Amino acid sequence: MTDRAVEDLLRALAPQVLGVLVRRHGQFYACEDAVQEALLAAATQWPAQGVPDHPRSWLVTVATRRLTDEWRSERARRDREVAVAVREPAYAAVAPAADEEPPSGDDTLKLLFLCCHTALTVSAQVALTLRAVGGLSTAEIARAYLVPEATMSQRIRRAKQRIEAAGARFAMPSAADRDARLGAVLHVLYLIFNEGYTASSGAELHRAELTGEAIRLARELRRLLPDDGEVAGLLALMLLTDAHRGARTGPGGELVPLAEQDRGRWDRAGIEEGVALVTEALTWSAPGPYQVQAAIAAVHAEAPAAADTDWPQIVALYRVLARLAPNPMVTLNQAAAVAMVDGPRAGLALLAPLDADERTAGHHRLAAVRAHLLELAGDRDAARAAYLAAARATISLPERHYLEVRAARLTGDR
Amino acid sequence: MLLIWNRPGFVEELSEEERNAIFGEVDVIMKELTESGELVGGEALAHPAQTRTVRPAAGGGTEVTDGPFLESKEQFAGYLTVDCETPERAAEIAARWPDVAHGVGVLEVRPVMEQSGTEM
Repeated sequence: MTDRAVEDLLRALAPQVLGVLVRRHGQFYACEDAVQEALLAAATQWPAQGVPDHPRSWLVTVATRRLTDEWRSERARRDREVAVAVREPAYAAVAPAADEEPPSGDDTLKLLFLCCHTALTVSAQVALTLRAVGGLSTAEIARAYLVPEATMSQRIRRAKQRIEAAGARFAMPSAADRDARLGAVLHVLYLIFNEGYTASSGAELHRAELTGEAIRLARELRRLLPDDGEVAGLLALMLLTDAHRGARTGPGGELVPLAEQDRGRWDRAGIEEGVALVTEALTWSAPGPYQVQAAIAAVHAEAPAAADTDWPQIVALYRVLARLAPNPMVTLNQAAAVAMVDGPRAGLALLAPLDADERTAGHHRLAAVRAHLLELAGDRDAARAAYLAAARATISLPERHYLEVRAARLTGDR
Repeated sequence: MLLIWNRPGFVEELSEEERNAIFGEVDVIMKELTESGELVGGEALAHPAQTRTVRPAAGGGTEVTDGPFLESKEQFAGYLTVDCETPERAAEIAARWPDVAHGVGVLEVRPVMEQSGTEM
C-alpha cells in the first residue's frame, strides 16, 4: 500500500478508534492522546511492514496499550506514594477483544459534536475536529494553518482541557441542543473548507488537503444524517465551490473573478454531483442558508458563459437567503446580483445602508462591490477611489493586487 | 504583527531592579501567549548601529550605507506575531508590553497580508 493510501485509511479509521476507546473508558483527553500515538506508530510501521489484516483492531489494541501503560505508570507513582502493595489487574486483560467492536458511525457523530463544543473558541474547535475526527497530526494542522507546532499543540491541549472542564459527555446532545450544535459542526467544516480554498501559493499542498478533508467529513456527516437538508446543502456548496479551483487563478497566481473564469476548466463531475445534491435536498427539506447558497452556486455553474447567467433567478434566491439569514454580507452579494438585473444604480442603492453597519462600514468587500457597480455605472473617478479604498483595507495579497490593477485600468485608458 | 519601536540603549539607563521587572513582564506575557496558543513567533533585532540601508544610487546601481533608513529617536527593535480572535485583542497584548507600559517605546499593530484571497 502506498503512503498516501495508508494515510487515507488512517484518517478514516481515526474517529472510529477514538470512539471505541472513549465509549469504553471515558476520559476523552487521555484517549485522544493514546489514539494519536497509535496513528503515528501505524504511519511509520504500515508502509514498510504492510497493513495488518484488521487495521482497526490493531489501532484499538495499540491505543489501549498506550492508555493502560499511562494509567499503570500513574498508578505506580501513586502506589509508591501511599505505600500500597496491592497491584491492580492489567487493564488490557479485562478489556474486550478489540475485534469485537462494531464500527460505529454514531461515534464519529458524537466526536464531531464534542469537538465543536460551544465552550471552545472557533479556532480550537477547528484544530480539535481536524485532529480527533480527521486524524491529522498536530504537525500537519500546524503547517496548514501556518503556525508553529508548539502553538497548535497548546491550542489542542487547552481545547481538550476546556471540554473536560465543561463536563462534556461522549453522547449525542439532547434534541433541543442538537440543532444549535449541528450549526456549529457545519460552521467548523465550512471554515476548514474555506481555509483550504482561499489559499494559493506557499503552503498550497497542505491547504488543498484541507478542502479535501472538509469534503470528506461533510460526506461522512451526510452518510450519518441523510435526513438533514442543510448537511446536504453544505456538501453541495463545497463541491460546487471546489469545482472552480482550477479556473480561479491565472498563470501568475493572480485571482480570476467568477465572470472571467474559463468555464471549460471547471470540474464537471463536482458540479454535477453538487447540483444533483442540492436539487434533490430542496424537494424534501425546508430550505436553509447552506442549501440556498448551494442553489446560487448551482445557477452560476449551469450557465455555459457568464453572460448567460440567470440573474433574475439568483436575485430571487438572494431574497430568500436574506430572509433566512439576514446578514450585511448577504446584502452585499444581493446588491451585485440586483445590479445585473435592474442596473448598477439599483445595486448601489442597496449598498447605502451598509455604510452605517459596523460589520461592513470600512470593509474591503463593501468598497470592492461599490467600485465594481460604480464602474458599470460609468462613474470612473468614484470607481477608482473605491477600488483603492478596497485595496487599502484588504489583508489578502492577491486581492490587493487585483483591486490595484482594476484601479489602474481606470486611470490608464481614458 | 506587533512591531516594537523604542529608543536604542534605553535599557542601560534603567536600574537593575527596573530591568528585571521589564524582562520579568516579557516572560509573563510570552508564557501566557504560548499557553493560549496565540503566539506565532517573533524576533528581537540587534542595535540599529548594525543596520545597513540599501538604496538606489544617484548615478544608477545601488549604494549601501551604514545606519537605518529612518533618522528618528525611536527605532524598530523587534516584532511579535500573534494569532488572535480580534484586532482589539492584539492591541490589548500590545498595551501590556513593557515598552508601552513603562513609557519607553510604542508598539505598532498591523495585520499580516495573507497569500490568499476570496473569490470575487
